[in-house]
Amino acid sequence: MKGMSTIVKTIANISFPLITIYGLYVIAHGHLTPGGGFQGGAIVATGLVMLIVAHGSDWMEEHIKEHDLSIFESLGALGFIGLAFLGILMGGVFFSNFLVDTTMLFGGIPVDGAANINTGGTLPLMNFAVGLKVIAGLFAIVLVMALATSKKEEHL
Amino acid sequence: MNQRNMLAAAFLTIVGVFLIFSMLLMHPFGEPTSQAMDQYIIDNTVEETGANNGVTSVVFDYRGFDTLGEATVLFTAVASVVMIFRRLKK
Repeated sequence: MKGMSTIVKTIANISFPLITIYGLYVIAHGHLTPGGGFQGGAIVATGLVMLIVAHGSDWMEEHIKEHDLSIFESLGALGFIGLAFLGILMGGVFFSNFLVDTTMLFGGIPVDGAANINTGGTLPLMNFAVGLKVIAGLFAIVLVMALATSKKEEHL
Repeated sequence: MNQRNMLAAAFLTIVGVFLIFSMLLMHPFGEPTSQAMDQYIIDNTVEETGANNGVTSVVFDYRGFDTLGEATVLFTAVASVVMIFRRLKK
């Protein structure tokens, strides 16, 4: 896929950080506001796909390899399953929320029903793991498809 | 040809009767058969999981095993797409 004009590249460069921050906000506040790992990951991946469309897939291949994206996606999946198995060790049940009501990170209990960023137990950690997995997975799909079709355009 | 039309008419009649009877047996909107599970999650989600977002607490805590299957589906889809298009890339 070829890149587009300078105007499109500039606008994409300006709006990419805003889209990324909004997606990371949706992931980090998954246990407080509507959204979560899947939705926020899809938002961040959409911003990265916008960069592919604006700059071209060869430009993106110079900055990040699709091989590294597979590693990130596997890290997210392993973190998710690892947290689930930690529930067996710490709480006795698969997927048990062992961090709630402890003094550790994310271990707070909501006062008067109002949760904050430090409550939720394993929910924020699982949101981060699933978010990393969705970002890397969706971005890898689009990047590989764009690279394959750009090589085909040269042959035709 | 006539036999085929009669077969189709009989099949349509049977399916239509089943659909009409299942429609008559449906519960009114907003009144499920059992509300015990819904009410338990609504009452206890803030104390048990420490999250204000009830949907996230169901997805990642009460029904975490379901989310594991969902993540597996996404992982399989990404792996197969990357496997197919890597061969085209060369």
